[in-house]
Amino acid sequence: MKTFTLKYLKINLIILGTFCFSSTFSQENEELITNKNNEKAELNMDAVFNRPTLGFDKIPVTLGGYLEANTMYRIEEGITEGLSFQARRLTIFMAASISDRIKFLTEIEFEDGGKEVAIEFAALDVAFHPLFNFRGGIVMNPIGAFNENHDGPKWEFVERPDVSVNMLAATQSNAGFGAYGKTYSGNWIFGYEAYLTNGFNSKIISNEQDKTYLPAYKEGEDIFEDNFSGKAMFSGKLAIKNRNIGEIGLSYMGGVYNKFEDDDEEVEDKARVDVLAIDWNTTIRATGTYIVGEAAWVWVQTPDTYTQQYGNKQQGVFMDIVQPAYKRKIFEWEDATFNLAVRFDYVDWNVGKFTETNTNIGDQIIAITPALSFRPTPKTVFRINYRYEWQKDILNNPAEKAATWYLGFSSYF
Amino acid sequence: MNIYLLASLLLFPLLFSCEVLGPAEPEDYELLDGPVEDLTMAEIKRFIEGDVAFNDQIFTVETGLGPIFTGTSCVSCHAGDGKGHPFVKFTRFGQSFPGVNNYLNQGGPQLQNKAIPGYEPEILPSGAPHSSLVAPIVTGLGFLDAVSDQDIIDMSDPDDLDGDGISGRVHWNTRPDYVSDRPGTITLDGKYISRFGKKARVYDLLHQTADAYNQDIGITSYFEPYDTYSGDKLNPEIDRQTISDVVFYLKTLKAPIPRDQDNPDVIAGKALFQNIQCASCHKPTLETGYSPIEAISFKEFHPYTDLLLHDMGPELDDGYTEGYAYSNEWRTAPLWGIGLSKDSQGGQYYLLHDGRARSIEEAILYHGGEAENSKNMYQGLDQNEKSQLLKFIESL
Ligand code: HEC
Ligand code: HEC
Repeated sequence: MKTFTLKYLKINLIILGTFCFSSTFSQENEELITNKNNEKAELNMDAVFNRPTLGFDKIPVTLGGYLEANTMYRIEEGITEGLSFQARRLTIFMAASISDRIKFLTEIEFEDGGKEVAIEFAALDVAFHPLFNFRGGIVMNPIGAFNENHDGPKWEFVERPDVSVNMLAATQSNAGFGAYGKTYSGNWIFGYEAYLTNGFNSKIISNEQDKTYLPAYKEGEDIFEDNFSGKAMFSGKLAIKNRNIGEIGLSYMGGVYNKFEDDDEEVEDKARVDVLAIDWNTTIRATGTYIVGEAAWVWVQTPDTYTQQYGNKQQGVFMDIVQPAYKRKIFEWEDATFNLAVRFDYVDWNVGKFTETNTNIGDQIIAITPALSFRPTPKTVFRINYRYEWQKDILNNPAEKAATWYLGFSSYF
Repeated sequence: MNIYLLASLLLFPLLFSCEVLGPAEPEDYELLDGPVEDLTMAEIKRFIEGDVAFNDQIFTVETGLGPIFTGTSCVSCHAGDGKGHPFVKFTRFGQSFPGVNNYLNQGGPQLQNKAIPGYEPEILPSGAPHSSLVAPIVTGLGFLDAVSDQDIIDMSDPDDLDGDGISGRVHWNTRPDYVSDRPGTITLDGKYISRFGKKARVYDLLHQTADAYNQDIGITSYFEPYDTYSGDKLNPEIDRQTISDVVFYLKTLKAPIPRDQDNPDVIAGKALFQNIQCASCHKPTLETGYSPIEAISFKEFHPYTDLLLHDMGPELDDGYTEGYAYSNEWRTAPLWGIGLSKDSQGGQYYLLHDGRARSIEEAILYHGGEAENSKNMYQGLDQNEKSQLLKFIESL
């Protein structure tokens, strides 16, 4: 316990440290952090179309994508498996303007050297009115900040945020349809999205992670064809942005996740999963500091006679602070930029107390990742990350510590 | 500016203490897991196979969990090979005298009190005698397994011929057909010496492992093919190789390494432990006989148990028993590794068979029956001596 608080103190020091550096490098350029888009009338939810390679104006079909690769050196409780090289993912986008008001976009991701190929997104958009656009196909569920805005080159970190990928299920997309829209008034922008899609399945409460784990739904069979529960899942988001202040989004998704009926016979009690998320992003004008994050809560119904191994409530948060530190011409790159950044991660997969002992259930992680990134151009990022994490098992035993060094790049093409 | 950049880059990790590259490795004596020394390379490979099955194989609805169960994996109850947390403790019920369990047709002996969605777990029949059990440490079991039957008989003193108030009985019990003899197996009226489990009900580690998969997780096997829910004989949900690897893993887990053995308090405590009869049951030193695993063959080791059943008095008598033990009898709990049990019980102590004792001292004060004298002597110690004794036990 004592060491745990000590570590927190150290975390504070680091965060403090970051701010100190921020003031040293004030009034630096904002433009070059690609995952900030405050100037334009864009919201986080516009990210699928806000990609540098995609232009709808001239050619009917465009092709683009990004590649992410890195080396990694991880030390877990003093033990390392050595240096490993990872080509994490290759993602290809293809977009087509079918007519003025109809466009198609797909995003296909190859992970693990092609072993996993996933259609992350494949939707037809029809624009009826700025406030009402139809979208159908395989759509991304609009939850939190990261799921819809997950391209590697937009971030200063090799790892994706814990809350987004290890508690929520980014990148999460499902077959379904719905609508989205946007409206402006002065400095204010307001947007919404609302979809009905296939939902989760029972893997979320019976999986090899031995914990309630939304990403496990992807191991289900035919998830793009079959709706496991037979009930549609709703997902929706409201976002509001002031061009001078920043953006805040509130998102929700939920529905029945289990197969409660088989052959028209009731075989289980209906069980729901509900997820709520808040996300935010802003750029502090004076310093050019970019801040982005999301907090999320998950509620999962399980039978009382199941095991507390699988929790009913989860919560998590991540926040990135990115400080452009140094910008100048290097070689032919006019605005090559160095950024200092830090990420804070926290997830508790099982919020609550053991009924047997009335003591806290553990199953949580805290991590802090200082980073240095170099962007020769906004489309490409080279990054060095050092992630230090404290992970507690379900029993709330003393935290296991691990440190990981990353050196990697990610680039649109 | 470049210098700031460089400095900040180097500074970040430094702020995390001097562990620039990463957290330091815990010392061997701080951990319970890990193999015994001097295994051959082939044996290490087998150990690792078993390690993976024991620690990483989580059972899900699809891989056969339940339908009724008490835990989802070995590791869920034996985290880090240490004592289990009470949140996964389970109940056994149905037998109050040596001999038979009268509740076998009502779900006995083990209460599978959890069920996968869509199924109902078992409920304790009202009035049934029962005990709840917290999982014990599983380290060093290969050594305990290799103690010869004759050695166990030699430690027993069922009629207290030496008059020290401590008897100690061998648990002569029946055993399943699938287990095999140890070198020098001794039988009595067709019964065998069983030695694992809190009532020493279990014959050997194969018996324990096959039983655990079946009763704890709801996994049928070649050895234990009957489903705990339906009572039907089903296809194996785990293969024989995996079970055999897990048995090998359990046999070759190292013995816990004591700490602080040079501390004067610990040395004084060790002497007191001897003087006040604790060591009459918690035998400090045993020897193994022959084992095909060279590293545990003919070795001296320090488990602090005699593997015998003792009458522990009315306080620890739950009215429930197994095999041919009486309900007031428990197998002497090995004390090795006890000082590390907090690391697998969420930072707290949950001692004795059901986790009721929240400290080592409390565990001692629950002792009665054959240990009544010994406990009284403990209570007669002065404060300093008590703390020396406790320090010694914590160092194990
Ligand atoms: C639900 C919790 C639970 C699970 C799951 C579980 N155990 Fe246990 N284990 C226990 C308890 C409680 C005991 C004490 C039982 C007894 O005294 O009869 C025990 C006893 C043991 C022992 C005997 C130790 C000794 O000193 O006598 C071994 C060996 C063992 N378990 C191995 C396993 C293996 C292998 C698995 C996985 C197949 C497993 N356990 C799964 C709770 C569990
Ligand atoms: C007559 C035999 C006997 C004597 C004498 C005895 N013990 Fe025990 N001890 C046992 C048994 C049997 C258990 C297990 C009881 C249970 O699980 O309910 C046990 C359990 C314990 C435990 C808890 C272990 C655990 O893992 O939960 C501790 C600590 C302990 N004894 C310490 C001592 C000390 C110290 C003394 C001397 C003052 C002592 N014992 C004397 C038989 C004995």
